[in-house]
Amino acid sequence: MNIQPQRYWREIPQRYRLEAGKCRKCGKLCFPPRRKCAACGGASWDTVQLPRKGRLLTYTVVHSSTDEFAKLVPYAVAIVDLGNGVRLTAQVVDVDPGELCAGMPVRLEFRKLGEAGKAGVICYGYKAVPA
Amino acid sequence: MREVAVIGVGMSPWGELWRSSLRDLFAQAALEAMKDSGAPRIDSMVVGCMSSGLFNGQEHLGSLMADYAGLRGIPATRVESACASGGAAFRTGVLEVASGASDFVLVGGVEKMTDVSGDAATRALSAASDFEYEAYQGATFPALYAMVARAHMDRYGTTRKQLAMVAVKNHENGLLNPRAQFRQRISVDAVLGSVMVADPLRLLDCSPITDGAAAVVLCPKELAVKLKKKPLIKVAGIGQASDCIALAQRKDITRFEAAALAAQRAYKAAGIGPDEVDFAEVHDCFTIAEICVLEALGFCKTGQGGRFTEEGHTSRLGRKPINPSGGLKSKGHPVGATGVAQIVELVEQLRGSAGERQLSKVRCGLAENMGGTCGSAVVSILTREGA
Repeated sequence: MNIQPQRYWREIPQRYRLEAGKCRKCGKLCFPPRRKCAACGGASWDTVQLPRKGRLLTYTVVHSSTDEFAKLVPYAVAIVDLGNGVRLTAQVVDVDPGELCAGMPVRLEFRKLGEAGKAGVICYGYKAVPA
Repeated sequence: MREVAVIGVGMSPWGELWRSSLRDLFAQAALEAMKDSGAPRIDSMVVGCMSSGLFNGQEHLGSLMADYAGLRGIPATRVESACASGGAAFRTGVLEVASGASDFVLVGGVEKMTDVSGDAATRALSAASDFEYEAYQGATFPALYAMVARAHMDRYGTTRKQLAMVAVKNHENGLLNPRAQFRQRISVDAVLGSVMVADPLRLLDCSPITDGAAAVVLCPKELAVKLKKKPLIKVAGIGQASDCIALAQRKDITRFEAAALAAQRAYKAAGIGPDEVDFAEVHDCFTIAEICVLEALGFCKTGQGGRFTEEGHTSRLGRKPINPSGGLKSKGHPVGATGVAQIVELVEQLRGSAGERQLSKVRCGLAENMGGTCGSAVVSILTREGA
């Protein structure tokens, strides 16, 4: 991955622990967190961890990727709906792409996403697996 | 606000142009537009470009392009909104004339994409997505649109064949356009048999990598009248909107809300509705995009974009011709130039100077240009004044 360590490091709370912002005014969950609530304009937040279970809203199987993901081709990417208003984009692994379908229950796991820079610093994050 | 007219248009050649540089492409289009306009001078310039930094290692385009277009000294600014950069530049130029700040404004769009490898180009384009939460996960642009396509198919019964028919129709139109990058007829079978990029989208569902530029000259309507510009082409309405750029965060990933909002604003400014639009140039970066845009613009009901296409309404002879130029699919998609080139096509059709691809009896044309997975959109409506 073409990504500097400090940039990677900043996103660790989201990538490792799925930390989201919960608006104190209206209760909306924002992932990634933001300063101004997209629903009510509120500006004070609690940090909460998202549940790791969800369902596929939609998906694709990528056959042509950038170089850093070329070894994984073909790989599945999906939008995962966590059922609490939060959706996120993630790869789906440990599954035959032919078995994917909208509505499929999945679990988000801590996985390796790639390697950064000449030193090959490992980049981690979440990927979905069948639940 | 003053009424604004488009008095000159120009385009460079489009394609894989290894002999042409970023600045040379721009200058060709700009000089052609200025010559076509008959403007006595240019007071200000706006340049639309998505990513010359990543494609060419070159920023500071406003001044660079003003210099090479022979306009050194005038105010010149670059505008960026991913693939909607050209449309956003056009709107900026229109507002500059409408406000009275400048009389003669040149708006150009340019992208020089083949100075890098295909991989680097894909990476540069993916900068239009939410990098930390889409590209980082391995979601390419075709992948994001593929997810829109699958959701649209699941929900509305849109078929794989209907998607292919968008590409077939746009290539059919491009056959008549001497400037189109890919002037060849394709069949539904050819689309369905082309290599898979991101399931269900195949290579022939995707717009190409293109080098190219386009430019237009704007002035207040009263000055266009003095210049005896006939027919007079007026900017009847223009609207722009933004949305979250991460597809996953949209309320409904099959609805292009920014395009719908931009269209509402443009229709309101022009005092018309979708039924009064005679033809449109829309942002068919992927076949599914054209289908979703038809719905967002109100040309058909939500969910009916595929059927509307299959029934032939969007063909040259249909009741709502879409992308008579060949669209991004056949004409090519130098991202920053696309939104300006759409205006060029509108003007040529409205003037009646579109040659072989001329549509009959058109008085009102609409251009829809969007960035990313419709995280931004610009809709412009142009009309021909008088008989």
